[in-house]
Amino acid sequence: MSDNGSVAAATWEQVELARHPDRPYALDYIHAIFTNFLELHGDRVFGDDQAIIGGPASFDSRTIMVIAQQKGRTTAERAMRNFGMANPEGYRKALRLVRQAERFEFPIVAFVDTSGAFPGAGAEERGIAWAIAENLVALSAARIPILTLVIGEGGSGGALGIGVGDRLLMMEHSIYSVAMPEACASILWRDIAKKVEAADALKLTAADLKRLGLADEIIPEPPGGAQNDYGLAADAAAAALRRHLKSLEAIDTDQLVEERYQRYRKIGATP
Amino acid sequence: MFRPKTRYVALPSPRAGVGEEIDRLICPKCDTSLEPARLTAALGVCYRCGYHFRLRAPERIAMLVESGSFREEDQGITATDVLGFTDSQPYVNRIEQSRATTGANEAVTWGEAMLGGHRVVLVVLDFAFMGGSMGAATGEKITNGIERAAQGRLPLLIISASGGARMQEGMLSLMQLAKTSAALGRLGAAGVPYISLLTDPTMGGVTASFASLGDVIMAEPGAMIGFAGARVIQQATYETLPDGFQTAEFLLAHGMIDLVVPRPELPAALRQVLDLYAPTGTAPDLQLQRQVKTVAPAPAVTR
Repeated sequence: MSDNGSVAAATWEQVELARHPDRPYALDYIHAIFTNFLELHGDRVFGDDQAIIGGPASFDSRTIMVIAQQKGRTTAERAMRNFGMANPEGYRKALRLVRQAERFEFPIVAFVDTSGAFPGAGAEERGIAWAIAENLVALSAARIPILTLVIGEGGSGGALGIGVGDRLLMMEHSIYSVAMPEACASILWRDIAKKVEAADALKLTAADLKRLGLADEIIPEPPGGAQNDYGLAADAAAAALRRHLKSLEAIDTDQLVEERYQRYRKIGATP
Repeated sequence: MFRPKTRYVALPSPRAGVGEEIDRLICPKCDTSLEPARLTAALGVCYRCGYHFRLRAPERIAMLVESGSFREEDQGITATDVLGFTDSQPYVNRIEQSRATTGANEAVTWGEAMLGGHRVVLVVLDFAFMGGSMGAATGEKITNGIERAAQGRLPLLIISASGGARMQEGMLSLMQLAKTSAALGRLGAAGVPYISLLTDPTMGGVTASFASLGDVIMAEPGAMIGFAGARVIQQATYETLPDGFQTAEFLLAHGMIDLVVPRPELPAALRQVLDLYAPTGTAPDLQLQRQVKTVAPAPAVTR
């Protein structure tokens, strides 16, 4: 039991690292890895959601389309970014950028960092579930390479809403889960204090996802975590993005889209 | 006093016991004591207030399809505990309990059937099996159904009732959202119509994937439909939620679904949609079947 307890404690440490307030956020990576980032705003329907940002940027000699979940650093920015929890407008802005990327043949690089889509009455009224589902369809069929990089928290459908792609890369201390441990504990254990046990049971660390065959690569972080050296973390991320993008760009588009379909099709397939 | 507060009507499994022992049912909405026979004749709709009781998958299928036309597929596919998940009890025990209670191997049943004169692929979720939650096997069966519809150019009807993703399967569950949505993307691109019928309740990852992707989306009156649960929203935002929040009628008013259809009117509504959308040539015996299907819908429970 103490053995299980220490494993659970180690998992919880990963959860806390993934949420570390000094951890680099999407814009830190974007400015370190790309040049010429032009942030585009608005979903052309309702508003501009600051929890999901995006736009074209230069990466090596090509233009790529960035789509990213952005948390805030200061209290004011956290409020502006809604703690990285997007409303439907954020997902619809992302959809607009996916369509644009397809039209101009820009590969997509998506940075995932959210505890989940925003649980709010307005989000429900404006169809948060509908917005996410539309993105799943659009991303799964988009005729351009798509790289997904989880930099901090990957929370449930809210993460997946910008997270469908050809490769899933995870920073060493990032997590990705069907539900945040607190939510899982309160639903299954009916006790939020069981979050440590829930985190362990959910198999949500980067290493877990690699073992399950869901993540393609774990990107090493500086000792102690990415918060200790943004430059090193961004360099490692850039190298991995460059390598995977190059290999995806070599694949014929029809084959690329078929391989992406099969990538998800085989998850949970009966032998 | 024994006052069973069930949202289900006529649980069919003798092992469950409930359906056998009680001779009165209490409507959760109007609190009326209901006669099971009358309730069954009313298709599980409270004959006082119109409350729609939840239905089990076999009852739902029997109610909608032409008698004897349903050919079930993938009956043997069942959930597996890949993660070795244990909360207050092991996931494997929960699977066994659900199998014993429902007599089914998974939270979804699918197959081909005749409905309103059309050969269709019918996929039905059952909330009685682990809250209709979507695990890997659930997603696999749904995707198999979607792909069959695409291959056979058969209209697809998915009837949802689910709490969302199945947490006991972790990320393998979440990825079923992407898998089912990708398959529906291909179905749509192939020009095969998909009708999504939302029943009480349809929440979380199921709403955020296949349930909201119908070409035509219908819901039963009063069904709770949404992404985040009302309790979660209130805890996160301290917002006062409006009356009727996340009901089918609320979603209709906000432009998220096309129709709210009372249960007795479902066969006619589905048939109208199928007549309008079904690609020509998918139902060679169309005329014959049309003549057959002019009678009232079959009762909810056939024993």
